[in-house]
Amino acid sequence: MEFDLGIFVQQLISPDYVKGAFLSVAVAVLALVLATVIGFIMALGRTSKSKVMQGLSGLYIWFFRAIPALLVLLIIWNALPQLFPVLRQDWFSPFIAAFIGLGVVEAAFMAEIIRSALISIDEGQGLAGRALGMSPWKVMTKVVLPQAIRIALPPTGNEFIGLVKFSSLASVISLQELLTTAQVGVNITFRYAEYYAAAIVYYLIIVTLLTLLQSYVEKKFLWTSRTKSKKPSIQAPQSAGVAS
Amino acid sequence: MTHAASAPQLGDTWNDSQPVLKVRNLHKTYHDQQVLKGVEFDIHQGQVKAVLGPSGSGKSTMLRLMALLEPADDGEITLRGRRIGVRERGGATIALPERELAKERANIGMVFQKFNLFPHLSACRNVMLGLTSVKNVPHKEAEAQAMAMLERVGLSHRAGHYPSELSGGQQQRVAIARALVMNPTVLLFDEPTSALDPELVGEVLDVMEGLANDGMTMIVVTHEVRFARRVADEVTLFDSGIIVEQAAPDEFFDNPQHERTRKFLSHVH
Repeated sequence: MEFDLGIFVQQLISPDYVKGAFLSVAVAVLALVLATVIGFIMALGRTSKSKVMQGLSGLYIWFFRAIPALLVLLIIWNALPQLFPVLRQDWFSPFIAAFIGLGVVEAAFMAEIIRSALISIDEGQGLAGRALGMSPWKVMTKVVLPQAIRIALPPTGNEFIGLVKFSSLASVISLQELLTTAQVGVNITFRYAEYYAAAIVYYLIIVTLLTLLQSYVEKKFLWTSRTKSKKPSIQAPQSAGVAS
Repeated sequence: MTHAASAPQLGDTWNDSQPVLKVRNLHKTYHDQQVLKGVEFDIHQGQVKAVLGPSGSGKSTMLRLMALLEPADDGEITLRGRRIGVRERGGATIALPERELAKERANIGMVFQKFNLFPHLSACRNVMLGLTSVKNVPHKEAEAQAMAMLERVGLSHRAGHYPSELSGGQQQRVAIARALVMNPTVLLFDEPTSALDPELVGEVLDVMEGLANDGMTMIVVTHEVRFARRVADEVTLFDSGIIVEQAAPDEFFDNPQHERTRKFLSHVH
């Protein structure tokens, strides 16, 4: 067995890998943000009473669930600049193309996650908000969404991790993300094991951090007075001895 | 003017000797099934009206229509001399858009059978939400008002607890405080104790009786016959989408005029 620990460690701490990992995470974060925004709009469309809105959002979800993400990236990077000269300018970088491409594809999946979260909220919640005199917007933002987010969080965490890995697809449009960094090194040195092992370590670190972040955020949505007992505000229960 | 909704313009001729809420000819049909067939009644300031009747008789639908949560097919609802839920345009009456309806709903409180508290908010925040998000009351003031209202339903010591940490009776009392803090002209109760364990019914009815004694105008759809007899000024029997009998409690229970009422009372007594 021939595994040069020196090369492995050297790559592990090399700026190339750090930069590659950063790019992978950055593409995933921006794609998720874009996917959540578009997905929310599509979920509203799918649950709206308007047949036109239902049809349009259904069409979007159908289309982007069908087309491979790789093809979407190639279209955005190669075909769109051919059609629209404005995209031939310098600002249109592989990074922007990658997060938009992955974002619009992911939006189709987020739309279904958000839709199922929205329809799982008891209709009595909206009714109670409306009975108080809240506008439709307030009912959505103050009553329905906070509850829907809690339901959408675990599957969204899955999608986030998926996006970090899907960001490697952006190598086809010459984005130097994590896996491309490893592949470039391999092509020069032929030290497959060391370079790939370094990539594995980075992916493990990224996903571990994301998992920790997810459980931290989920704890924020537990809705019990106990988790907030540190704050001596109105949210904390008063002395435990009070009769209930 | 956001506060217009909380202080409705009084009709020119309205004064408190006239009904505070007037319902005329109310009709509602769901999927070819007529649920309300011309409901009519008045309620005066400070009165408590108990509405009895079998399940599926349209009682809850009537409350939802009065709370403007659903549009009536036909009929008029008048609050303090002013027709609500619709506006006149070129001689025709059209339903108000949702945003306008929302403003009028703030004048009508609603307490639901299943409480419908917001699970992501503490008891205090549940009570505050209407003040901060509908009446634009500043946070601190809303908190003070909410705490006072929780005190009134005997739950100020539970202000920081979330609905999942409260008993059913406590949740319903928070729901009453949440409706009450909006200072509604009339408070509607949709079977407020039907979802409660028997031993928790009393605490909710006690709170409601307290409100009645304080002069709150209330319409209570309920199966609690003893409560209706003791607290209500007027008892109504609802059946198959119409009001069968409407009388003072003693009259209603001891000397019912209609056969349908006698039959109903023989089952619940």
